[in-house]
Amino acid sequence: MSFELLINALIAGVLLGGFYAAVTVGVSISFGILDIVNIAHPAFIILGSYIAYIVNQTLGIDPILTAILALPAFYLLGSMIYQVYYASFEKRGQDSLRGLAFFFGLLFVTEVMLILVFGVDYRYVQAAYIDKTWHFGFADIPFRMLVPCVISLLMLGLLQLYLSRTFTGRAIMAVSQDQLALRLMSADPARIKRIAFSISIATAAIAGAFLIVIQPVEPSVGREYIGRVFAICVLGGLQSLPGTVIAAMLLGILESVTATFYGPSWAPAVSFGVLLLTLAFRPAGLLGR
Amino acid sequence: MRSLVFYIVSILVGAALFGFARWLGNDYLFFAGYTVLQFIVLATAWNILGGYCGYVNFGSAAFFAAGAYSSVALHKLAAGIDRYVPESLAGLAHTILPLPIPVLIVIGGIVAGLIGLGTGYLTLRLRGAFFAIATLALAVVLQTLIVNWDFVGGSRGAYIIRPSEVPIIGSYIQYLFLIMLVLSILAIIAARAIEQSRLGYGFATIRDDETAAEACGVPTLRLKLIATTLSGALMGMAGAPFPYYIGYLEPGSAFGLAYTVNSIAMPMIGGTTSWVGPLVGALLLGTLQQIATVTISSAVNLLIVGLLLVGFVIVAPKGIVGLVQDFMRERGPEGSEPTWRTRLATFANMRPGAR
Amino acid sequence: MTGPLLQIENVGKRFGGFVALDGINLTVAHGERVGLIGPNGSGKSTLVNCMCGTLQNETGRVMFDGRLMNGMSAHQRARRGMARSFQLPRPFVTLSVAENLRIPLLYAAHARRGHHLTHEEIENRCHELAGLVGLAAKANRLPRDLTQVEMRKLELARAVAVDPKLLIADEAMAGLSQSEVDEIVALLITMNERGVTIIMIEHIMRAVMAFSQRLVVLVTGKKIADGPPQEVVSHPEVIGAYLGQ
Repeated sequence: MSFELLINALIAGVLLGGFYAAVTVGVSISFGILDIVNIAHPAFIILGSYIAYIVNQTLGIDPILTAILALPAFYLLGSMIYQVYYASFEKRGQDSLRGLAFFFGLLFVTEVMLILVFGVDYRYVQAAYIDKTWHFGFADIPFRMLVPCVISLLMLGLLQLYLSRTFTGRAIMAVSQDQLALRLMSADPARIKRIAFSISIATAAIAGAFLIVIQPVEPSVGREYIGRVFAICVLGGLQSLPGTVIAAMLLGILESVTATFYGPSWAPAVSFGVLLLTLAFRPAGLLGR
Repeated sequence: MRSLVFYIVSILVGAALFGFARWLGNDYLFFAGYTVLQFIVLATAWNILGGYCGYVNFGSAAFFAAGAYSSVALHKLAAGIDRYVPESLAGLAHTILPLPIPVLIVIGGIVAGLIGLGTGYLTLRLRGAFFAIATLALAVVLQTLIVNWDFVGGSRGAYIIRPSEVPIIGSYIQYLFLIMLVLSILAIIAARAIEQSRLGYGFATIRDDETAAEACGVPTLRLKLIATTLSGALMGMAGAPFPYYIGYLEPGSAFGLAYTVNSIAMPMIGGTTSWVGPLVGALLLGTLQQIATVTISSAVNLLIVGLLLVGFVIVAPKGIVGLVQDFMRERGPEGSEPTWRTRLATFANMRPGAR
Repeated sequence: MTGPLLQIENVGKRFGGFVALDGINLTVAHGERVGLIGPNGSGKSTLVNCMCGTLQNETGRVMFDGRLMNGMSAHQRARRGMARSFQLPRPFVTLSVAENLRIPLLYAAHARRGHHLTHEEIENRCHELAGLVGLAAKANRLPRDLTQVEMRKLELARAVAVDPKLLIADEAMAGLSQSEVDEIVALLITMNERGVTIIMIEHIMRAVMAFSQRLVVLVTGKKIADGPPQEVVSHPEVIGAYLGQ
């Protein structure tokens, strides 16, 4: 019996991990690569969830498809935010303290606005695959977990290809390591960073759609994800996408096993505990030196 | 000498405030005033670590809740005291218990201070954003612990029955108001004393450049521990009377995001480099929120705080104090007679040129 | 005062796979003026960082004033009388010039005197130090109001404020005019005559030659020469290292 529970917990953990990777990849880009502490990222994810919800309610379009259609809008939003951030903090050489407060304010404002518009009721979406489940003996694979997991891994794969194969992608990777190399490539660091930040916000649209497919959403759900996202990001060694996937799977499994055996009320402490311990003892991450 | 004047002025202002509130005699005024005063303590506490040392704490609510829940735990302990102590000691226990609020404040301060010290140790090597994220994580871990701790009510929360009258002062809310008033005056005096001391200079070097500070003989790690402990203890002290104020405490309200946001927003909007900033920010935002809560809604007032925070960090990074400071600096030639402006600047610890 | 002031034995440090310091041995006697030179990336700054505790050396040991420094933090070493200026000036940007100078007086200078300085002593010393480097008129200004040159002077004055036995000046003169270089060299020599041992790391050979009683050359993390300046600069290996093999 407990063996069956364990297997199911592991499967759920892996599926959850796939989803967490999509949630985290934006922060891996903004925080890990660009060194912009975008703690407002989860708020944009929730924004993505609500957009998927509205379109699903009014037009009946699939939430994930909606998210893909909403990518340009989120990209634009990212560009705008970066522009403000760049002009107010990076260019002025202002201390990161204020940049941090800026994103914290954004997080808060977004959440409160969503509460004002939609209230604090849980919202959910409809899609054909949400209620389906595959059964293999005692093992259950719910589609509402599987679909986000698969698409998420696909998205991360594409991003990894983009970062390692294209000119702009490599310039983005160089931003974090070598400003000089970037200038030799005659790329404008501000422009490269804007593109990268916009991409990071765009991923929030997709992650938001995943979230509302997996569970009902209300505005303050995003807060739970701040710790998760940064735990995974730090654990994964900040800027490596494969590291992000591995750390996401690990955390997913850890949370799912904890929830199964100790009860769901302990689950939030897992990610934050992992984060605290990683920061205290292994700040370079799991794969770090 | 200047400090003595400052102490006397603070006490007089406090006494005048209390006298004025009593003269108006409206209990709502005390309820609202308590919240504003509580924010003065929280903002001042946050600023010791955030403004002076440059370490952003996103976990203010956790320290506040630690103070609040230490009071709840002691209250529960007092309520069931006969079960915990032998009969021979029961008489003694009943004379001590329930503990008076000033004692609870001291205990809450110690508990939260120890948590601050622990946070400091865990995060010694972390700088900037990593520290901020770690404090955020700490808040959630602590909240999960409280939610799962049945003795203090767990997720259901706990009722605190408070006496309706206190000797001499009369109404209980006036008593709480007075206590918070004294606490906020003490917090401000402490913050001001730190600023002008050796410790304050040490904190400033941590904010500016830790490596250079070490080379100048500043024990940065120890100072950071002092700052996290002091800041945490003050927040816990602000939280300790809270269960008696609210009457029913559940984790969601004690760990409310509003505390975290306000304790960051108030110093940021007021100005982070002097004790005046958090005070001005807390008075302004605290009052504004009380008015907005009554006239509009509590969600809107949080929106206002968020927008003000974002606006200020973009437009006026030095806060209101910074704006005033720039105004002060438009003064006569070097070495001329001190004007009321420069006198005020000196009083507010806005030394010419510096900070 | 019998043993050497500073004794570095077999000190090594690597960053990842890169060997920055490879078994350095160096002894500095009380009252000496030592010049430390080497091409960029030769490990000079890493050596300074290992001496001062900004970095910890991985192998070997650093002895200062008869005590083992290994594992000791930078502020403890500063309090024992080891001061350094940074290659790129690192002033405390929110503190005024006078306040910058006040920090070592508050936190380091007391340790060897055995008592905290009085308010008056601190103010006098601040004033004296600002005057020493010609910053008296700007004592109440913020570092951002200073020129590059003044910033370097502040950096040096702040190190002097530690009241050191050993002063390590890490490229204190880069970008200064000839007369300013002479001024700083004269200042350092005066300090040395008052009993402060000084290690000068410098690219400006004129300053190094005018200042040093002894010259040490570092190349790719190894010490290749150590001796009287005139001899060292005519050493074929040194010439080779500077002109490129």
